[in-house]
Amino acid sequence: MVGLEHYLTVAAALFVIGIFGIFLNRKNVIVILMSIELMLLSVNINLVAFSSFLGDLVGQVFTMFVLTVAAAEAAIGLAIIVCFFRTRGTIDVEDVNVMKG
Amino acid sequence: MGIADVTFYAFAVVIVTSALLVVTARNPVHSVLWLILCFLSAAGMFVLLGAEFMAMLLIIVYVGAVAVLFLFVVMMLDIDFAALKGEMARYFPIASLVGLVLLMQLALLYGSWAQAEGALGLRQAVTPDLAEVHNTKALGLILYDQYFILFQLSGLILLVAMIGAILLTLRTRANVKRQDVVAQMHRDPARAMELKDVKPGQGL
Repeated sequence: MVGLEHYLTVAAALFVIGIFGIFLNRKNVIVILMSIELMLLSVNINLVAFSSFLGDLVGQVFTMFVLTVAAAEAAIGLAIIVCFFRTRGTIDVEDVNVMKG
Repeated sequence: MGIADVTFYAFAVVIVTSALLVVTARNPVHSVLWLILCFLSAAGMFVLLGAEFMAMLLIIVYVGAVAVLFLFVVMMLDIDFAALKGEMARYFPIASLVGLVLLMQLALLYGSWAQAEGALGLRQAVTPDLAEVHNTKALGLILYDQYFILFQLSGLILLVAMIGAILLTLRTRANVKRQDVVAQMHRDPARAMELKDVKPGQGL
């Protein structure tokens, strides 16, 4: 019988893969954004799993809010990438030092 | 092992495998396609959990909007991805180290995890019986009532994101002829044409 722990394990694996992807693709911002989406998806799986096994609908409501923020973040992030690519001609993160910060 | 368990393990394997392929694929277009597969399997898992509205939302929002947005950007930008991928081997040890440490921490957490005594009494919105109210209606009843302010605020977040994305990517090119609506509306018929009395043999 599949229990709550099984779902949490899948979500944990997905989260770790997201972190792994961020470190692995240090230069490619697009794949970094995709890794962030994977991590948000793992959080969503956690929320829905707890919501389902504890019988509380609030988890699903907050999944919706996480989804909203994820969509907004992807749109803004990709817009920044397009903007950055137009000025610099690359999406290498290590080149993002225009402001010498 | 019932059919539900087999389905869960199938979805779990597909989710983890496709997620690994997202971060390791050579071609970013393939990465986006694996991401779509990952979202679709997660939607299947949500259906297994009885959250069918969230499953449909995941397909519509993630697969229909976010993944396609990624696909557009990957195809639109002319990026030399081979140069970006060349350094992947250099970061592999540190990436797997961080991943392993995080995985062990999560495993420790799951080993000692237990539900509190009064946890079931603290539920804010107990899921109603499926025979009375289905998932979508139950969610709507909570969302538009208890969490209305948060719902409005998330709409505001989307509005700000939309305006921000348009503002960031909008550019006006100097050498393109455009329709100037204000100039057209302020055009005066009396001054649009000028009559000149041209003398013979002189010109203007």
